[in-house]
Amino acid sequence: MDIKKTGVAGTMESSDIIVRIEPKETEGIELELESAVMQQYGKQIERVIRETLGELGVTRAYVNAVDKGALDCTVAARTSAAAYRAAESSDYVWKEVRI
Amino acid sequence: MFDFDSIPHIKEVSACHGAYKEENIAEKNLTSFDERQQTSKKVLPSLEEAIKRVGLKDGMTISFHHHFRNGDYVINMVMDVIAKMGFKHLTLAASSLTDCHWPLIDHIKNGVIDHIETSGLRGKLGDAVSHGLMDFPVIFRSHGGRAAAIETGELHIDVAFLGAPSCDPYGNANGYNRDSEEGSCCGSLGYAKLDALYADKCIIITDHLVSFPNTPFGIPESQVDYVVKVDNIGDPNGIMSGATRYTKNPKELLIAQYATNAIVASGYFKDNFSMQMGSGGASLAVARYLREKMVEQDIKCRFALGGITGQIVQMHEEGLVKKILDVQSFDLIAANSVKNNRFHQQIDASYYASYVNKGAAVNQLDFVILSALEVDTDFNVNVMTGSDGVIRGAVGGHPDTAAGASMTIVVCPLLRGRIPTICSKVNTICTPGKTVDVVVTDQGIAVNPARPELYERFVAAGLPVTTIEKLRDRAERIAGTPEPIQYTDKIVGVLMYRDNSVIDVIRQVKD
Repeated sequence: MDIKKTGVAGTMESSDIIVRIEPKETEGIELELESAVMQQYGKQIERVIRETLGELGVTRAYVNAVDKGALDCTVAARTSAAAYRAAESSDYVWKEVRI
Repeated sequence: MFDFDSIPHIKEVSACHGAYKEENIAEKNLTSFDERQQTSKKVLPSLEEAIKRVGLKDGMTISFHHHFRNGDYVINMVMDVIAKMGFKHLTLAASSLTDCHWPLIDHIKNGVIDHIETSGLRGKLGDAVSHGLMDFPVIFRSHGGRAAAIETGELHIDVAFLGAPSCDPYGNANGYNRDSEEGSCCGSLGYAKLDALYADKCIIITDHLVSFPNTPFGIPESQVDYVVKVDNIGDPNGIMSGATRYTKNPKELLIAQYATNAIVASGYFKDNFSMQMGSGGASLAVARYLREKMVEQDIKCRFALGGITGQIVQMHEEGLVKKILDVQSFDLIAANSVKNNRFHQQIDASYYASYVNKGAAVNQLDFVILSALEVDTDFNVNVMTGSDGVIRGAVGGHPDTAAGASMTIVVCPLLRGRIPTICSKVNTICTPGKTVDVVVTDQGIAVNPARPELYERFVAAGLPVTTIEKLRDRAERIAGTPEPIQYTDKIVGVLMYRDNSVIDVIRQVKD
């Protein structure tokens, strides 16, 4: 999946995460994460974002995420929605997001 | 005429100061009562003057109460004057501290305060202490533990600085004002009463000087050395919210419904029962649901104890709660009720919860509803440190009421945001699991295995009973297992159980 423009999904509400994905010239995902539960779940959130992008085949992107205590399923859903929007794609693969 | 020395056994009579001498009689004051009270020697023009007169010295222990909650001006005002006067190395023993007391940070840094004793810390001050602000760890005591420490003289208060919404020129002080509707109002002065009784010197700080006698009073003039009038003792909006609102949060309502059903099924819900409820959203909702059950089944409550809310007052005025014992009024309705209702009784902290006096009301409780930041699988409760390990709470009467009540119910959501409330080990033990009987969450009720009869009654009543381990597993399955908080070795806080033994410590958090 090619990131063509800036795509955003999510809100700043409690228990949500807002994910912003932007195009990047070079290979790799550059992730900036802010979280209300950084100490307890920071690594976990980063892992879910990277895995979700990996599953979508996104390999080049700047990602900025501000988390307000979202569960993994929310993190995955918001990341995926932001990626689709950034790729200007609507070929959604509807599936149950694992918890 | 008599010869003093010839009176048989007179030398053995105690409290006999020799023969009467006319010159020992003080000159009578011939002015009128009103002139006299205008010139009362107890009323001093400034805090500075009062501090000089009580003879404050470096290293002494000073005390404050927390009835003005987050609207309090007294602590910061007094500490600023004390700092300006150049005093150092004081111990500040407050009944509790809250967000608005962050200016204490500077006084700690400047060596004015070396040591703090309190029930709780919040906001910037709690944060700073958790990050290693003080060398001497903060001593956290429950309301009952503090009362006991004061009564036994182990916590000796040199000077108590007690704010009061009304006071007369002789020091009769109260948490409300019967002479006018103006000014601030905090209801019960329960925590201040004990400090006034036991402190060597007691200064009342008021913004409402009324004519003698300021009856009824929470603190009598016989315990007061000086009175200082200031412009404002606090922000009325911070001292009191108008009425505590009902929660609309569906999770809290569900918890409240489960808790109410648990009470009804417990065997303790019968005529003349006794209770204490907290002021959290779920606790307040329990009061509302329990009221319906009381009306339905024609059951009355003999007394409600503790921090009192408008909900309890409403039940009292409807005749559902016969008597109220109030150590702290949580909202304006409760404060006004202390003023207006004959059987809404103001009680002091010792009467409320001390373990060393001759009788404390917590021991007469059928059940208490308490909140929790965390509960672990041993039923230990943390109400002190947040999920990041930072101090942001207060012990309050939690361990006292848990120990006293026949059934202690802790209400909490399974998760707060992403943070599990039910966990394997709490960050900080405030109330030991041995005294906690029931944990009610939005996803089920866990009963302490020490109370099998409660478990059976709840099952028979069709309540969603599970085990504390299953609740923890469910929380971790949804949220994931959190990584442990990183602490340094430095101890920044010491948690005293209500018998003033150390139950846990709080360490400095790593940045």
